[in-house]
Amino acid sequence: MSQAEKIKQGQFTNPETPGYVGFANLPNQVHRKSVKKGFEFTLMVVGESGLGKSTLINSLFLTDLYPERVIPGAAEKIERTVQIEASTVEIEERGVKLRLTVVDTPGYGDAINSQDCFSTIIAYIDDQFERYLHDESGLNRRHIVDNRVHCCFYFISPLGHGLKPLDVQFMKAIHNKVNVVPVIAKADTLTLRERERLKRRILDEIDEHGIKIYHLPDAESDEDEDFKEQTRILKASIPFAVVGSNQQIEAKGKKVRGRLYPWGVVEVENPEHNDFLKLRTMLITHMQDLQEVTQDLHYENFRSERLKRGGRLSSHGYVLSPAYGPEPEEMDKDMILQEKEAELRRMQEMITKMQAQMQIKPDGAGDGQHV
Amino acid sequence: WPRVPGLGHSGSGSTLLGYIGIDTIIEQMRKKTMKAGFDFNIMIVGHSGLGKSTLVNTLFKSQVSRWSSGWGGEHKIPKTVEIKAVSHVIEEGGVKMKLTVIDTPGFGDQINNENCWDPISKYINEQYEKFLKEEVNIARKKRIPDTRVHCCLYFISPTGHSLRQLDIEFMKHLSRVVNIIPVIAKSDTMTPDEKNEFKHRVRKELETHGIEYYPQNEFDDDMEDKNENDKIREAMPFAVVGSDKEFQVNGKRVLGRKTAWGVVEVENPNHCEFALLRDFLIRSHLQDLKEVTHNIHYETYRARRLNDNGGLHPISANNTQESNL
Repeated sequence: MSQAEKIKQGQFTNPETPGYVGFANLPNQVHRKSVKKGFEFTLMVVGESGLGKSTLINSLFLTDLYPERVIPGAAEKIERTVQIEASTVEIEERGVKLRLTVVDTPGYGDAINSQDCFSTIIAYIDDQFERYLHDESGLNRRHIVDNRVHCCFYFISPLGHGLKPLDVQFMKAIHNKVNVVPVIAKADTLTLRERERLKRRILDEIDEHGIKIYHLPDAESDEDEDFKEQTRILKASIPFAVVGSNQQIEAKGKKVRGRLYPWGVVEVENPEHNDFLKLRTMLITHMQDLQEVTQDLHYENFRSERLKRGGRLSSHGYVLSPAYGPEPEEMDKDMILQEKEAELRRMQEMITKMQAQMQIKPDGAGDGQHV
Repeated sequence: WPRVPGLGHSGSGSTLLGYIGIDTIIEQMRKKTMKAGFDFNIMIVGHSGLGKSTLVNTLFKSQVSRWSSGWGGEHKIPKTVEIKAVSHVIEEGGVKMKLTVIDTPGFGDQINNENCWDPISKYINEQYEKFLKEEVNIARKKRIPDTRVHCCLYFISPTGHSLRQLDIEFMKHLSRVVNIIPVIAKSDTMTPDEKNEFKHRVRKELETHGIEYYPQNEFDDDMEDKNENDKIREAMPFAVVGSDKEFQVNGKRVLGRKTAWGVVEVENPNHCEFALLRDFLIRSHLQDLKEVTHNIHYETYRARRLNDNGGLHPISANNTQESNL
């Protein structure tokens, strides 16, 4: 067994080995601290109503994130604008704690005119970045909560022939702010052939429109063959075509999660039926990477743009206390307005004074100043 | 590599899986940290002749310190306190560490040692400033190089009596900006009884003067940490002996010092507390030393800078200092 593998298993060589210092134990120290601290992850789900988003989320994390759900009728939906609903759940598995926040976006794509339905969503994403920037630049940084959106599942309807104009527009609007993972919903509507065709179509359109979806990093050369193979399979399956379900069905003498049709049972966790397991695997094995890309790419982009634009900066570009309020341009406008008002007041005072003087002046020029 | 179950080969839709695989995140983190490598910066302070360099070499089982008996260099005492940092990359078990040893020759060696800790204090704060500057940059580096001092080993002379005035002044001033680990140097000068008495006296003095050495009481996260750290605090300062020479004892090769009356074995817990220091410093608290530096000392520095004059300005020197010229 190699040293590296031994370390992985939490052992290390006999400490009495000559020449052994012991800092090879450092990863274990980091491990211990990480386990104690736990992890945070925020996942956003976007897609029209009825694409099975909530069911899928519940399936992914084996929990019921929406226990008291009431599905509104069409009449109620008309008046609604896009809402942002964030639910947080703490999941613990083998001592590792994950604080998972799922941000739902009901109302997306529901209105007759969906022209502006994503500005709310974008504002939310930016808001979290702004909040983090503010916290990061502040004084008390020990307990910063990271609510930035680490990943966005975008649900594509299986009923069309590819991406809809709304899909394209939305993904282009957020691909520089968040990791976008396109997902084909309710994949049991399609046969395998239709599925392949749809996937190819979608990938072509993503290419055509220059949409930057999240790319799984290639496996490192020192990973084992299994992992490399798995990464290859995952990469080849994007976009994932998924089916979600929280019902247990009896199939072939076993209880499985699935959907019961007269013609058969669609098993959620059967890789031959749909890509659910692949989606889950991708999410879990790349959770760390998703966070990293959010921090190193999307957040840093936001931060540098933000700092270049405004906030109160000294000449050295240090953020003193970033304005979490009106934009600097607006601030200047306010200032200009105030100054103009002050000037107007001054002029009024001058005129009043002059008028007063003219009253005193003995039959002076009858025509005073016309204001 | 721990596989998330169910992918790839379970064609028959196996039994209901209740396992998601969240604990594999830990493995991802470990891989990431191992790939990135670690930086560790250790400063050694004490007047000359206390075996500082030898001890550091013994700790890391490599010639990482400037002066080492193998180099045969001249041990000239400089006229002022100098700060000399030397870096080495050492590897063990697939883990790479960039170890930087910061030596402080001249400390405590002058006739008048007043404020001789100022250059040291200035160096430490300069590293905080460097890090801060990188952090507030608009276009930030992905991984900011960390030159901050994670640990300061302070060498106490084994007089057997008590701490010297300089020891107290140094530790009082610096324990608020850096993690200080006091060690009793060349402890083979004392018998076990003398050692225990001395340690006890030193600990009392540190307490009297309110000197919080690492691991500091106030930073214990939870009961588990507190219990572990209490035991360590009770055993500190560690009375150590360093050596880079090997001798044969009872058929084994051991690091030690050979005298006419026997061999002092460095790694023998009955002879000295080197092994305790090494385990504590490297095997269990290395990461914590870095975290306390980052989360506490650095943040304190940063908060002070943010509050100064209502903002950040380029810094020339944050401390007044008089050199011992």
